[in-house]
Amino acid sequence: MSMIVRKPGMMSSFQDLGRTGYQHLGVPAAGVMDARAHQLANILVGNIGDSATLEITLTGPTLEFTQPCCIALCGADLSPTLNGQPVAMNRPLVIRAQDILAFGGRRSGTRTYLSVFGGFALTPVLGSNSTFMRSGMGGWQGRALKRDDKIELCSSLADSKLEDLAQDLWSIKIYLPATLAQHARTHARIITSEQFADFTPESQRALTHETFRISAESERMGYRLQGPQIVLTKPRQMISEATTFGTIQVPAGGQPIVLMADRQTTGGYPKIAYVASVDLPVLAQMGPGDSLSFDIISLEQAQRLDAQRMQAFEALSQTLAPIRAYLLNHCD
Amino acid sequence: MSASQQSTAQTAPSFHIRAQGDRCISIDFGHEIDIQTGLLCLSVAQALRQAHLPGVTDVVPSYTSVALHYLPCAEHHGASFHALSQAISALIHAGIPAVSASSREIEIPVCYGGEHGPDLAWVAQKTGLTEQQVIALHTSPPSMVFMLGFAPGNPYIGIHDPLLAIPRRDVPRTAVPAGSVAIANRQSTIYPNLLPGGWHILGATPLKMFDMTRESPTLLVPGDRVRFKPISAQEFERLAASQLAEQAQ
Repeated sequence: MSMIVRKPGMMSSFQDLGRTGYQHLGVPAAGVMDARAHQLANILVGNIGDSATLEITLTGPTLEFTQPCCIALCGADLSPTLNGQPVAMNRPLVIRAQDILAFGGRRSGTRTYLSVFGGFALTPVLGSNSTFMRSGMGGWQGRALKRDDKIELCSSLADSKLEDLAQDLWSIKIYLPATLAQHARTHARIITSEQFADFTPESQRALTHETFRISAESERMGYRLQGPQIVLTKPRQMISEATTFGTIQVPAGGQPIVLMADRQTTGGYPKIAYVASVDLPVLAQMGPGDSLSFDIISLEQAQRLDAQRMQAFEALSQTLAPIRAYLLNHCD
Repeated sequence: MSASQQSTAQTAPSFHIRAQGDRCISIDFGHEIDIQTGLLCLSVAQALRQAHLPGVTDVVPSYTSVALHYLPCAEHHGASFHALSQAISALIHAGIPAVSASSREIEIPVCYGGEHGPDLAWVAQKTGLTEQQVIALHTSPPSMVFMLGFAPGNPYIGIHDPLLAIPRRDVPRTAVPAGSVAIANRQSTIYPNLLPGGWHILGATPLKMFDMTRESPTLLVPGDRVRFKPISAQEFERLAASQLAEQAQ
């Protein structure tokens, strides 16, 4: 009952919604870059709660499953195939023993999320299965997957009547409200920081009227943006304090950095704005070379959008409860 | 405020609440790094942690502020900025029990200079002190852990004598060895593992700052008093070896 890595791909690591509760000890939250795709992937295979998914970046791995199970793929479309045949994104997929999941060219996005019914059998570290690679902590041995890794699955399906199960699952209508669908946008909504007024009027204007390019040195820790210089009216010595996922900080060079999932817990750079949580998945699906611009919204708007998405997930999870019921009936 | 609260509470400090995006709220207590403000932040952080406010996942004190990370307000398990700031204000106005610097005083053995402290001579030259004087200033008064950050278990310790007020290196090192004890801006840090770093390395400790197999994964926690103790290179080797032996068990 396991998943064997035949080819590792570029970088695939297990992530959940993050290692919360230890940031005061300097332990980064890490976790998924695209929480939307991750949560959707879990709901589509009937998982309740926050099971770790495999976050797959740009070039997918080749994976073999030893037992029947149910998986889903959400997020970037990296041309997934099962035994060489294209398979659908955003659907529960029934897997037979010895099936091979592979990926081809990138059609859209940067990161895809692989969920499995029942979850991967990982050992939580400080309450989470997120992999924090810089410290070699959590997930699968604290690192990205390598060839021949063999990851156990928590549940498998009975061999018999898999066709019936596949039919049952296929008959379920999956309708995603706008807030849960993936949008290939180039705009991210932001909330200004208290230091916004300390930046020059030209910088303030540039932030929302010009386009930034995501530089090559952009990864899970942060995205470096190239574009107009963002500068303070007068230099300011900042005192280190907590940072957040989506903080747009501006080092002395004037090129902003958006802090992402693997960000440090604290930092001391001036901050011009924060990406609204609801749009972090938009950034997560971008990569080096992509263009990005920003629109300012109010804190209240951002919180309303964030809450709406959370409610939509709760509603979807209710609607798709039959998936879980079917799978539980087919358990080994 | 009731009499019983008065006995344990200090007068409500002045504070300022601000949003750090839509999932984090910060409370500021000042603009200067000093022990008093640091202790106030730790007191507030402790009170807020014990208050178990809905949706709050992390309470992170720093030099002059306390940040709360929280989940969005859907159903019953999240919060909004508005609701949280009201709850926080009420809590602070009701009085925050003061935490004194922790009763814990942790001794950190440090082998100063030589291969373990490549910047000791430079720091001495820059500050116009002898190497012995730099060590004496660094070791004499106990200092406090203000916060942990940068990497798991990485402490920010202060506040040292004004004579040790030197800025960070212009060009950070790409790799600073684990255990390196370094200073900048009247503060010390101890690198928990091999990391890039821009502080001046005075020495190294054989103690492990972070170990996820320990019940408390970090050697230090915010509020701990720290006393640096000079040790010889031989003592360093002996302690490092005994740490390894402990791990092997």
